[in-house]
Amino acid sequence: MNTTYTATPFAGKTFGVTVTRLNKQFSGTPVLRDISLEVKPGEIFAIMGPSGSGKSVLLRHIAGLETATSGGVTIGEFDAADPETRSKVHLALVFQAGALFNSLSVYDNLALYPREHRLCPESGIRERVMHALSILSLEAAAKKFPSELSGGMKKRVAIARALVMEPQLLLYDEPTSELDPVMSATISEIIATLREQTAVTTIVVTHDRSLALGIADRVAIIMDGRIRATGRPEEFTQTKDPAIANFLNPVIDLKNPRFKQLENHHE
Amino acid sequence: MKYLSLVLGNIGGTLLLMVRALKYTPTLPRQFPRFIEQCYLVGFTTLPIVTILSFFIGSVLALQSGYSMENFGAKQFIGTLVGLTMARELGPVMVAVLVTGRVGSAITAELASMKVYQEVDALVTMNIPPERMLVLPRLAAIIVMMPILAVIANLCGWYGGALVCQYTHFISVDSQAYFAALKRFMEPKDIIDGLLKSEVFGFVIVLVCCYTGLSTRGGPREIGAAVTKAVVASLILILVLDYFVTKLLLFTT
Repeated sequence: MNTTYTATPFAGKTFGVTVTRLNKQFSGTPVLRDISLEVKPGEIFAIMGPSGSGKSVLLRHIAGLETATSGGVTIGEFDAADPETRSKVHLALVFQAGALFNSLSVYDNLALYPREHRLCPESGIRERVMHALSILSLEAAAKKFPSELSGGMKKRVAIARALVMEPQLLLYDEPTSELDPVMSATISEIIATLREQTAVTTIVVTHDRSLALGIADRVAIIMDGRIRATGRPEEFTQTKDPAIANFLNPVIDLKNPRFKQLENHHE
Repeated sequence: MKYLSLVLGNIGGTLLLMVRALKYTPTLPRQFPRFIEQCYLVGFTTLPIVTILSFFIGSVLALQSGYSMENFGAKQFIGTLVGLTMARELGPVMVAVLVTGRVGSAITAELASMKVYQEVDALVTMNIPPERMLVLPRLAAIIVMMPILAVIANLCGWYGGALVCQYTHFISVDSQAYFAALKRFMEPKDIIDGLLKSEVFGFVIVLVCCYTGLSTRGGPREIGAAVTKAVVASLILILVLDYFVTKLLLFTT
């Protein structure tokens, strides 16, 4: 894997994101409660939280894939829930499982966006796709189909597909989940380098502590559908909030009464 | 009440999908490769089963009618009966049923799987409307292929009936007499009505199956449930629409 990446700076401006008093309920059950936050243009913003805390649902609202029960999200001056926004803002979302098109090869997965939007002739598309593949060291996988790829490769292809879109807002949903520590570090490095080279506004949803605290400019922690805290990564390393401290530095306590219960159960 | 609102919601959703997909009709020429691929999947892969089954439907129709009509000396009209029944009713309906099983189920399974594995969400974020890329080429393909399949089903059914009439000892109507009877009472309108019915059925099947696939929520288990739902809904709609379309066509000159 290359350790240096050279991405073309994306044309056009980058956008900030504002979430205002966002509430979301699924069948009456609240999932997001009164979420407000602001992501500045060009910053890497990490959203952390335990599983089921509503991080991915928040990201789907920013991507315009969910409709809020109340409140809303704006990207620049555009409403994220308005389908027209997608033609005004180049937004790319790297899904947790990749969401690659299984019936298309890796090359065609990447070429789909410029082809559908007729951005350039086929020779230009080829150049653009091969460049994105080379950034992620995936040239050899161009002819493969998603079913032939490992989990790590799928994530890298998903990032490459996002790069081809030359996004002004880049969203990542758990980019390092199910990856080994080395691959996780590589993905973190790619996210940071892409922002550095293209100034793209980046929002990363993760529960990977080293990714969020290592590369983000600011971090928000969501617990039980609410923002628990927002701040710079260094503010979280010495946090006095016991819930956040426990989340960021979990301790395996074998004397915990829950373990005792399990022992009794097995006896 | 809850069930009624669910049904009405599905009808509304399907109609909305149709409007959204048809809105992209001008993009069809540049989706030509996708359209051809769908024509292949809808038409060519369904052809063997349509050929075989309609041949045997025509055969059994001739056999049953030959057995009954022999009693009152009307064997010479077997060709008429088989010809009209295949052209006006059994051809379009059987092709629709086969297309539901062979093509509709595959469409729902594919789209439901794309929905469950977030491929549809990926299209939306890429500002590629799923109605344009996934629904429109399939609708266009079924409109082109359905009458072709119906014509082939009619021909196979007629020839199946002719063979049975000629070689079954208690019928023994030669193929010349069979086809003469078939032609005598057959009008172009009978064929056209059958083809129109097959167009309506095909369009509805693809629309219902696309809608069911794209509205799937949940995990992989829901893909199977979506296929069952789409096939059952399509079969019910084919038979209900058959009555109303037939009534409409019978009273339209």
